[in-house]
Amino acid sequence: MTGRRGGRPLVPAYLSTGGVARPSRNSLERLSVLTGGGGPEPAGLPAAQHALLDVLDGGSLTVVETAALLELPVSAVRVLAAELIDQGLVSARPPIPVAALPAPDLLKRVADGLRALKQ
Amino acid sequence: MASAPSSSSPGSTGAAGARGIHLPDTARELVKILVAGPFGVGKTTLIDSVSEIRPLHTEEHLSEASARVDDLAGVRDKTTTTVAIDFGRISLGGGVVLYLFGTPGQERFRSLWADIAYGALGALVLVDTRRIDDSFDVLGLVEETGLPYAVALNTFPDSRPYTEEQLRRSLDLEAGTPMVTCDARDTNSSIDALLALVQHLIARNRPETR
Repeated sequence: MTGRRGGRPLVPAYLSTGGVARPSRNSLERLSVLTGGGGPEPAGLPAAQHALLDVLDGGSLTVVETAALLELPVSAVRVLAAELIDQGLVSARPPIPVAALPAPDLLKRVADGLRALKQ
Repeated sequence: MASAPSSSSPGSTGAAGARGIHLPDTARELVKILVAGPFGVGKTTLIDSVSEIRPLHTEEHLSEASARVDDLAGVRDKTTTTVAIDFGRISLGGGVVLYLFGTPGQERFRSLWADIAYGALGALVLVDTRRIDDSFDVLGLVEETGLPYAVALNTFPDSRPYTEEQLRRSLDLEAGTPMVTCDARDTNSSIDALLALVQHLIARNRPETR
Protein backbone atom coordinates (compact mmCIF):
# COMPACT_ATOMS: atom_id res chain seq x y z
CA MET A 1 0.00 0.00 0.00
CA THR A 2 2.78 2.35 0.88
CA GLY A 3 4.66 1.05 -2.13
CA ARG A 4 7.05 3.39 -3.82
CA ARG A 5 7.27 3.59 -7.50
CA GLY A 6 10.68 3.31 -9.06
CA GLY A 7 12.21 6.33 -10.64
CA ARG A 8 11.99 9.76 -9.14
CA PRO A 9 13.20 10.50 -5.64
CA LEU A 10 10.55 11.02 -3.00
CA VAL A 11 11.96 14.42 -2.14
CA PRO A 12 14.54 16.30 -4.19
CA ALA A 13 17.80 16.35 -2.28
CA TYR A 14 18.17 20.12 -2.41
CA LEU A 15 14.74 20.60 -0.84
CA SER A 16 14.84 17.76 1.63
CA THR A 17 16.84 19.46 4.35
CA GLY A 18 15.31 22.94 4.01
CA GLY A 19 18.65 24.27 2.84
CA VAL A 20 20.65 22.93 5.79
CA ALA A 21 23.94 21.54 4.54
CA ARG A 22 25.56 20.28 7.72
CA PRO A 23 24.09 18.02 10.40
CA SER A 24 23.64 19.34 13.93
CA ARG A 25 25.79 16.46 15.16
CA ASN A 26 28.81 14.79 13.61
CA SER A 27 28.50 11.34 15.09
CA LEU A 28 26.40 9.73 12.36
CA GLU A 29 28.33 7.24 10.27
CA ARG A 30 27.06 5.35 7.26
CA LEU A 31 26.45 2.33 9.46
CA SER A 32 25.03 4.16 12.49
CA VAL A 33 21.74 2.48 13.42
CA LEU A 34 18.62 4.66 13.40
CA THR A 35 15.54 3.66 15.36
CA GLY A 36 12.20 5.45 15.47
CA GLY A 37 11.10 6.71 18.86
CA GLY A 38 7.68 5.14 18.64
CA GLY A 39 6.02 8.24 20.07
CA PRO A 40 3.35 10.28 18.31
CA GLU A 41 4.60 12.25 15.34
CA PRO A 42 4.18 16.00 15.84
CA ALA A 43 1.98 17.79 13.34
CA GLY A 44 3.59 19.84 10.65
CA LEU A 45 6.78 17.85 10.34
CA PRO A 46 8.60 18.59 7.05
CA ALA A 47 7.88 15.98 4.39
CA ALA A 48 11.41 14.59 4.30
CA GLN A 49 11.51 14.10 8.07
CA HIS A 50 8.12 12.44 7.91
CA ALA A 51 9.40 10.11 5.17
CA LEU A 52 12.40 9.20 7.29
CA LEU A 53 10.21 8.34 10.28
CA ASP A 54 8.03 6.32 7.94
CA VAL A 55 10.84 4.01 6.76
CA LEU A 56 11.86 3.45 10.39
CA ASP A 57 8.34 2.31 11.18
CA GLY A 58 8.69 -1.37 12.00
CA GLY A 59 12.39 -1.63 12.60
CA SER A 60 15.85 -0.12 12.64
CA LEU A 61 17.95 0.81 9.63
CA THR A 62 21.44 2.08 9.06
CA VAL A 63 21.95 5.61 7.77
CA VAL A 64 23.05 4.29 4.38
CA GLU A 65 20.03 1.99 4.01
CA THR A 66 17.75 4.87 4.96
CA ALA A 67 19.39 7.00 2.28
CA ALA A 68 18.96 4.28 -0.34
CA LEU A 69 15.29 3.77 0.49
CA LEU A 70 14.50 7.49 0.51
CA GLU A 71 16.61 8.00 -2.61
CA LEU A 72 18.50 10.78 -0.88
CA PRO A 73 22.25 11.35 -0.57
CA VAL A 74 23.79 10.11 2.67
CA SER A 75 24.72 13.71 3.49
CA ALA A 76 21.04 14.75 3.42
CA VAL A 77 19.98 11.83 5.62
CA ARG A 78 22.66 12.82 8.13
CA VAL A 79 21.07 16.26 8.39
CA LEU A 80 17.51 14.94 8.61
CA ALA A 81 18.31 12.23 11.13
CA ALA A 82 20.25 14.68 13.32
CA GLU A 83 17.22 16.99 13.40
CA LEU A 84 14.94 14.13 14.38
CA ILE A 85 17.39 13.00 17.06
CA ASP A 86 17.45 16.55 18.45
CA GLN A 87 13.66 16.40 18.68
CA GLY A 88 13.75 13.04 20.43
CA LEU A 89 11.89 11.34 17.57
CA VAL A 90 14.75 9.09 16.48
CA SER A 91 17.58 7.47 18.39
CA ALA A 92 20.92 6.44 16.96
CA ARG A 93 23.64 4.10 18.05
CA PRO A 94 27.12 3.51 16.63
CA PRO A 95 27.78 0.49 14.35
CA ILE A 96 29.61 -1.32 17.12
CA PRO A 97 28.36 -0.72 20.68
CA VAL A 98 30.98 1.24 22.60
CA ALA A 99 30.74 -1.33 25.38
CA ALA A 100 31.85 -4.02 22.92
CA LEU A 101 35.08 -2.22 21.96
CA PRO A 102 37.64 -3.47 21.46
CA ALA A 103 36.06 -6.57 19.99
CA PRO A 104 39.01 -8.94 19.79
CA ASP A 105 37.19 -11.92 18.37
CA LEU A 106 35.11 -9.90 15.91
CA LEU A 107 37.25 -10.78 12.88
CA LYS A 108 37.15 -14.45 13.81
CA ARG A 109 33.37 -14.30 14.05
CA VAL A 110 33.22 -12.61 10.63
CA ALA A 111 35.35 -15.44 9.20
CA ASP A 112 33.24 -18.13 10.89
CA GLY A 113 30.05 -16.48 9.64
CA LEU A 114 31.36 -16.32 6.07
CA ARG A 115 32.40 -19.98 6.15
CA ALA A 116 28.93 -20.94 7.33
CA LEU A 117 27.42 -19.22 4.28
CA LYS A 118 29.21 -21.47 1.81
CA GLN A 119 26.95 -23.84 -0.03
CA MET B 1 13.94 -22.62 -11.76
CA ALA B 2 10.96 -20.38 -12.41
CA SER B 3 9.04 -21.40 -9.29
CA ALA B 4 11.31 -20.56 -6.42
CA PRO B 5 9.88 -21.34 -2.98
CA SER B 6 8.01 -18.30 -1.76
CA SER B 7 9.90 -18.24 1.52
CA SER B 8 13.29 -17.95 -0.08
CA SER B 9 13.73 -14.35 -1.10
CA PRO B 10 11.95 -11.57 0.77
CA GLY B 11 13.88 -9.03 -1.27
CA SER B 12 12.18 -10.08 -4.47
CA THR B 13 9.10 -7.99 -3.73
CA GLY B 14 10.85 -5.06 -5.32
CA ALA B 15 11.48 -1.50 -4.23
CA ALA B 16 8.24 -1.43 -2.26
CA GLY B 17 9.65 -4.04 0.10
CA ALA B 18 10.93 -1.49 2.58
CA ARG B 19 9.32 -3.51 5.33
CA GLY B 20 11.53 -6.50 4.54
CA ILE B 21 14.75 -4.62 4.86
CA HIS B 22 14.86 -3.64 8.50
CA LEU B 23 17.78 -4.92 10.52
CA PRO B 24 17.27 -8.17 12.37
CA ASP B 25 16.57 -7.50 16.05
CA THR B 26 19.66 -9.53 16.89
CA ALA B 27 21.97 -7.19 14.95
CA ARG B 28 24.62 -5.91 17.31
CA GLU B 29 27.92 -5.36 15.56
CA LEU B 30 27.78 -3.85 12.08
CA VAL B 31 30.99 -4.12 10.12
CA LYS B 32 32.05 -2.96 6.69
CA ILE B 33 34.30 -4.23 3.95
CA LEU B 34 34.96 -2.25 0.78
CA VAL B 35 34.77 -4.05 -2.53
CA ALA B 36 36.93 -1.71 -4.55
CA GLY B 37 37.79 -1.55 -8.19
CA PRO B 38 37.31 0.29 -11.47
CA PHE B 39 33.98 0.44 -13.29
CA GLY B 40 32.94 -2.84 -14.87
CA VAL B 41 35.28 -5.05 -12.87
CA GLY B 42 32.43 -6.93 -11.18
CA LYS B 43 31.99 -5.19 -7.81
CA THR B 44 28.19 -5.25 -7.89
CA THR B 45 28.19 -8.80 -9.23
CA LEU B 46 30.27 -9.96 -6.28
CA ILE B 47 28.13 -8.06 -3.78
CA ASP B 48 24.97 -9.48 -5.34
CA SER B 49 26.30 -13.03 -5.20
CA VAL B 50 26.73 -12.94 -1.41
CA SER B 51 24.20 -10.33 -0.22
CA GLU B 52 20.98 -11.32 1.52
CA ILE B 53 19.22 -8.21 0.27
CA ARG B 54 19.19 -7.15 -3.34
CA PRO B 55 22.03 -4.64 -3.50
CA LEU B 56 20.86 -1.09 -2.82
CA HIS B 57 22.57 2.06 -3.92
CA THR B 58 22.93 5.64 -2.81
CA GLU B 59 23.49 8.60 -5.09
CA GLU B 60 26.54 10.40 -3.80
CA HIS B 61 27.46 13.94 -4.67
CA LEU B 62 31.04 14.57 -5.52
CA SER B 63 32.49 17.80 -4.25
CA GLU B 64 33.21 20.77 -6.44
CA ALA B 65 36.91 20.01 -6.27
CA SER B 66 36.34 16.54 -7.64
CA ALA B 67 33.98 17.80 -10.29
CA ARG B 68 36.62 20.12 -11.65
CA VAL B 69 38.81 17.25 -12.76
CA ASP B 70 35.80 15.31 -13.95
CA ASP B 71 34.98 15.21 -17.61
CA LEU B 72 32.57 18.13 -17.61
CA ALA B 73 33.90 20.09 -20.54
CA GLY B 74 31.42 22.77 -21.51
CA VAL B 75 29.21 22.34 -18.46
CA ARG B 76 30.35 25.50 -16.77
CA ASP B 77 27.55 25.88 -14.28
CA LYS B 78 27.63 22.32 -13.07
CA THR B 79 29.40 22.28 -9.72
CA THR B 80 28.59 18.77 -8.54
CA THR B 81 28.27 15.40 -10.15
CA THR B 82 26.88 12.20 -8.70
CA VAL B 83 27.92 8.59 -8.61
CA ALA B 84 25.91 5.56 -7.51
CA ILE B 85 27.44 3.53 -4.69
CA ASP B 86 26.12 -0.03 -4.45
CA PHE B 87 26.06 -1.90 -1.18
CA GLY B 88 24.83 -5.20 0.19
CA ARG B 89 24.22 -6.75 3.58
CA ILE B 90 24.91 -10.20 5.03
CA SER B 91 23.81 -11.35 8.50
CA LEU B 92 26.59 -13.57 9.78
CA GLY B 93 25.02 -14.83 12.98
CA GLY B 94 26.11 -14.02 16.51
CA GLY B 95 24.80 -10.49 16.03
CA VAL B 96 27.37 -9.62 13.35
CA VAL B 97 26.09 -7.97 10.18
CA LEU B 98 28.52 -7.44 7.31
CA TYR B 99 28.05 -4.65 4.78
CA LEU B 100 29.86 -4.69 1.46
CA PHE B 101 30.35 -1.34 -0.25
CA GLY B 102 31.19 -1.28 -3.93
CA THR B 103 33.65 1.55 -4.10
CA PRO B 104 34.88 3.01 -7.38
CA GLY B 105 38.55 3.71 -7.30
CA GLN B 106 39.12 6.58 -9.65
CA GLU B 107 41.20 9.41 -8.34
CA ARG B 108 38.26 11.79 -8.74
CA PHE B 109 36.35 9.93 -6.03
CA ARG B 110 38.98 10.72 -3.43
CA SER B 111 36.73 12.81 -1.15
CA LEU B 112 33.98 10.21 -1.22
CA TRP B 113 36.45 7.42 -0.65
CA ALA B 114 37.53 8.68 2.78
CA ASP B 115 33.93 8.90 3.95
CA ILE B 116 33.01 5.40 2.77
CA ALA B 117 36.22 3.86 4.06
CA TYR B 118 35.74 5.29 7.56
CA GLY B 119 35.60 2.42 10.03
CA ALA B 120 36.00 -0.31 7.39
CA LEU B 121 37.73 -3.55 8.36
CA GLY B 122 39.54 -3.68 5.06
CA ALA B 123 39.17 -3.74 1.29
CA LEU B 124 38.88 -6.46 -1.29
CA VAL B 125 40.36 -4.99 -4.47
CA LEU B 126 38.90 -6.53 -7.61
CA VAL B 127 41.22 -6.63 -10.59
CA ASP B 128 40.43 -7.49 -14.20
CA THR B 129 43.67 -8.87 -15.61
CA ARG B 130 42.68 -7.74 -19.10
CA ARG B 131 43.06 -4.13 -17.96
CA ILE B 132 45.43 -4.08 -15.04
CA ASP B 133 46.25 -0.39 -15.49
CA ASP B 134 42.69 0.51 -14.45
CA SER B 135 43.44 -0.79 -10.96
CA PHE B 136 46.39 1.45 -10.18
CA ASP B 137 44.25 4.36 -8.93
CA VAL B 138 42.31 2.04 -6.62
CA LEU B 139 45.41 0.50 -5.13
CA GLY B 140 46.83 3.96 -4.63
CA LEU B 141 43.74 5.13 -2.76
CA VAL B 142 43.57 2.00 -0.61
CA GLU B 143 47.18 2.34 0.41
CA GLU B 144 46.80 6.04 1.08
CA THR B 145 43.81 5.34 3.35
CA GLY B 146 45.89 2.77 5.20
CA LEU B 147 43.23 0.11 4.77
CA PRO B 148 44.52 -3.46 4.84
CA TYR B 149 43.52 -5.24 1.64
CA ALA B 150 43.56 -8.38 -0.44
CA VAL B 151 43.47 -8.60 -4.23
CA ALA B 152 40.92 -10.76 -6.02
CA LEU B 153 41.45 -11.38 -9.72
CA ASN B 154 38.00 -11.60 -11.25
CA THR B 155 38.43 -14.11 -14.04
CA PHE B 156 36.88 -13.69 -17.47
CA PRO B 157 36.93 -16.26 -20.28
CA ASP B 158 39.43 -14.27 -22.28
CA SER B 159 41.69 -13.35 -19.34
CA ARG B 160 45.34 -13.82 -20.21
CA PRO B 161 47.21 -16.43 -18.19
CA TYR B 162 49.74 -14.29 -16.39
CA THR B 163 51.83 -15.93 -13.73
CA GLU B 164 51.25 -14.92 -10.13
CA GLU B 165 54.73 -13.40 -10.09
CA GLN B 166 54.02 -11.23 -13.14
CA LEU B 167 50.77 -9.96 -11.65
CA ARG B 168 52.28 -9.24 -8.26
CA ARG B 169 55.05 -7.30 -9.90
CA SER B 170 52.81 -5.24 -12.16
CA LEU B 171 50.42 -4.46 -9.28
CA ASP B 172 53.42 -3.78 -7.03
CA LEU B 173 52.03 -5.91 -4.19
CA GLU B 174 53.85 -6.51 -0.96
CA ALA B 175 54.77 -10.13 -0.27
CA GLY B 176 52.21 -10.42 2.53
CA THR B 177 49.24 -9.13 0.52
CA PRO B 178 46.92 -12.00 -0.39
CA MET B 179 46.09 -12.44 -4.07
CA VAL B 180 43.38 -14.89 -5.08
CA THR B 181 41.37 -15.58 -8.20
CA CYS B 182 37.60 -15.52 -8.06
CA ASP B 183 34.49 -15.69 -10.16
CA ALA B 184 32.35 -12.82 -8.88
CA ARG B 185 29.18 -14.50 -10.15
CA ASP B 186 29.75 -17.51 -7.92
CA THR B 187 28.69 -17.24 -4.27
CA ASN B 188 31.27 -19.64 -2.87
CA SER B 189 34.05 -18.16 -4.94
CA SER B 190 33.15 -14.66 -3.76
CA ILE B 191 32.97 -15.82 -0.14
CA ASP B 192 36.41 -17.42 -0.51
CA ALA B 193 37.81 -14.12 -1.73
CA LEU B 194 36.30 -12.30 1.25
CA LEU B 195 37.68 -15.00 3.55
CA ALA B 196 41.16 -14.50 2.13
CA LEU B 197 40.89 -10.86 3.18
CA VAL B 198 39.49 -11.60 6.65
CA GLN B 199 42.18 -14.24 7.31
CA HIS B 200 44.75 -11.63 6.34
CA LEU B 201 43.17 -9.16 8.79
CA ILE B 202 43.26 -11.76 11.56
CA ALA B 203 46.91 -12.52 10.86
CA ARG B 204 47.95 -8.87 10.96
CA ASN B 205 46.01 -8.24 14.17
CA ARG B 206 47.78 -11.00 15.98
CA PRO B 207 49.96 -9.41 18.67
CA GLU B 208 53.62 -9.49 17.75
CA THR B 209 55.61 -11.80 19.96
CA ARG B 210 59.31 -11.61 19.67
